[in-house]
Amino acid sequence: MIQKVVVTLALLLATDQSAPSRQLRVCADPNNLPFSNRRLEGFENRIADIIAADMNATLTYAWMPQRRGFVRRTLKAGLCDLIIDLPAGYEMVLSTKPYYRSSYVFVYRRDRHLEVRSFDDPGLGGLKIGLHMAGEDGANQPPAHALARRHMAANIVAFKMWDVDSVESPAGRIIEAVAGGEIDIAVVWGPFAGYFASRQATELQIVPVEPSVDPPSLPFTYDISMAVRPGQATFKEEIESILDRRRADITAILAEYGVPLVGQRASSPPGLK
Amino acid sequence: MILSLLHRRLRHGLASLVQIFAAFLIPCVAAAQSAGSEWTTPAGTVQGTRFSALDQINAGNVSQLHEEFRFKTGVLAGHEGAPLVVGTTMYVVGPFPNKLFALDLKRPGETRWVFDPKADRFAQDKACCDIVNRGAVFANGKVIYNVLDNTTVAVDAVTGREVWRKKFADPAKGQTMTMAPLVVHDKVLVGNSGGEMGVRGFIAALDVKTGAEVWRAFSTGPDKDVRIGPRFGPFYDKDKGQNLGSTSWPGTLWDHGGSTVWGWLTYDPDLNLLFHGTANPGVWNADLRPGDNKWSATVFARDPDTGEAIWAYQITPHDGWDYDGVNENIVVDLPFPSVNSATRKLLVRFDRNGFAYTMDRKNGQVLSAEKYVFANWADRVDLSSGLPVENPEKRTHEGVNVLDICPAAPGGKDQQPAAFSPKTGLFYVPTNNLCMDYEALKVMLFEGAPFVGASVTMKAGPGGNRGSLLAWDAAAGKKVWELKERFPVWSGVLATAGDVVFYGTLDRMFKAVDARTGNVLFERQLDSGIVGYPMTFIGPDGKQRVAVYSGPGGFGGAIVPGKLSTDDPFAALGIVGAMTDLPQFTGPGGAVHVFKLP
Repeated sequence: MIQKVVVTLALLLATDQSAPSRQLRVCADPNNLPFSNRRLEGFENRIADIIAADMNATLTYAWMPQRRGFVRRTLKAGLCDLIIDLPAGYEMVLSTKPYYRSSYVFVYRRDRHLEVRSFDDPGLGGLKIGLHMAGEDGANQPPAHALARRHMAANIVAFKMWDVDSVESPAGRIIEAVAGGEIDIAVVWGPFAGYFASRQATELQIVPVEPSVDPPSLPFTYDISMAVRPGQATFKEEIESILDRRRADITAILAEYGVPLVGQRASSPPGLK
Repeated sequence: MILSLLHRRLRHGLASLVQIFAAFLIPCVAAAQSAGSEWTTPAGTVQGTRFSALDQINAGNVSQLHEEFRFKTGVLAGHEGAPLVVGTTMYVVGPFPNKLFALDLKRPGETRWVFDPKADRFAQDKACCDIVNRGAVFANGKVIYNVLDNTTVAVDAVTGREVWRKKFADPAKGQTMTMAPLVVHDKVLVGNSGGEMGVRGFIAALDVKTGAEVWRAFSTGPDKDVRIGPRFGPFYDKDKGQNLGSTSWPGTLWDHGGSTVWGWLTYDPDLNLLFHGTANPGVWNADLRPGDNKWSATVFARDPDTGEAIWAYQITPHDGWDYDGVNENIVVDLPFPSVNSATRKLLVRFDRNGFAYTMDRKNGQVLSAEKYVFANWADRVDLSSGLPVENPEKRTHEGVNVLDICPAAPGGKDQQPAAFSPKTGLFYVPTNNLCMDYEALKVMLFEGAPFVGASVTMKAGPGGNRGSLLAWDAAAGKKVWELKERFPVWSGVLATAGDVVFYGTLDRMFKAVDARTGNVLFERQLDSGIVGYPMTFIGPDGKQRVAVYSGPGGFGGAIVPGKLSTDDPFAALGIVGAMTDLPQFTGPGGAVHVFKLP
């Protein structure tokens, strides 16, 4: 017993002595699986571990809900140096090369045999369609715009992406609603679908929205990058080299969390940088 | 007599006298339409006039004003609102964490006590535009105000101890509270904020003695939720029908329909009617919510005792510009349509949408609607149907770039309240002169998911000045004079029987102007920009004082305390693009400044 304590102490001391002086400060949402949470259970947390280990840095977090002003109040305010998961080319930041690409997906119970792949599918007409809704700001998920264009706003059943702290992963509620038959189908961002669908008792079908762009220019698929502050080109290149070097590890983590990955497209759609 | 009683009460801490005092005070102020020696309700009067009968400070001597003392709240954020004065105590509510300071006016600058409501730390991350608070109300021996985390709290005015609190919702759900409550009879009236986060707007009445909820009226949903019943009689056909609060929305989107009640409440004791507006509908993309989206951007007249809607007028149907309808509805009796006409019971509102509405407050009829700022989204308001005659080129649509929409989202005027002087018959209106571009397809992020929407950037309107103070003749529907300012005038306005009008600017100037001519009679540079509302009172020495907060912030000044980056033109809903030079003129601050004559 005493020996054990001594060994532990020695280990602690050893760790302390070799503790890297460098810090990797990451900003993340404290309650938003599968991306991140305070218990470090999300794939962003796991990928951040890899990045920090590779640069021999101590990983620390600044927690902030990813709502309006997240980037402004975290990365831009200097609370952290890196955001793990942000759409490529996002304003106000310097994006790394994309490290994965996902899509908005249809999610429905396999036993419903809906076979929906597109917003133009006539079968969608009579269905209750669940969407994550944010507020105004002109900000809505691409599926909401696609339904508005097709005069199907009345089909929408809105789900919030946030709730009180005691509710774990509020963004998963919409997938439970599909499994429980409360709604017929959900259209959600791929990483939410993959993660929460695998946790339901009912088997759910996940189908990426096709085509990947609603003409003329509303995309359903997005490249995802890491983000650093503008001007930090050297740091960006360092992160990119780690992303290259640890690609297999990162891809394995994304697979473990069920993130639906889609292929790169040839060129950007018109209207988007 | 009443004043001396109050002085004694404060010296001896006799709480029972507070009730006696309150019983005298409230009916007195309500009937007079002007504030007297004290300032006990957010707008000075329940009618929302921000007019004081005090005239010691007048056009002849206002230039001699000097600062008697200042008190810093310790919070560097937007200080909207005005202090209250009851007896020899000044009550100041700071921005989040919303401490209440009781200042001893007999010992200028010293506090009697400080009350900390222990606000939920989380609320700060959720607030829409800033962490402002628009002030408290005094009634029944208590100072009552809203805490950002959706709590209404009542504090004993003498001891500073909490009497009751009412928690409405967890701020994690996106809802907050910033508005100033109003007390009518034995009820405290409050409403919520957070339309940006998909919440459902409401106004509620709490028992002034216990904080127990007496009634709640939602702004959207079926008639019973909106408290529309047999007594409801809107003037226009467009506002008549069953359950319009749900049927004018697709599906169940009304449940996320915003239309919050974060602005001003006013009251007419003669008709026993409470007036309030509602904010913009939830989800800014108007294509997602075909229909009128009732009861967003609407003026309601309600019975304050039961919450029943008496009439409603939707000002901006199917809003696509963020033209909240929460601005103050000022209760005035004026000759209309000309100075020689008979006096009518009017409601005058300077809406965010750029039109000044003069309405019959008995039934909600619009008697006149004239542009008080440059506006191009609509040509005019059709007085027979009550509908705006829109300019289709300025309608926003998903996927379409629309340039130069005027006014911009903060409107010709936002919540910053106007004043009315019964002596001059004029309204004094703080305005914004901003236009906006609405551009489609900007990628955003919410909780890990990409969102696509419009980006909004704002810029100065015609003339290049971004704001002004103007004097408005409601009967004629015309501007009488205007003082142009570099920035939006985000302060409130005070008018007094001394024929002086007070306001402040974001570039730190506290000003007094002649109520008839607009001539600047006094100006003093404060420590920081002004978004507070000037108020006036009689000090313990029997001399008149004028007080105002400094501390820029709120929607218009968000760039300063939030340290919003100037290379992020979409920050704070796009207003930063129009305000990039503001940090050259003011740093952050937060203080109450009290002025008096030598």
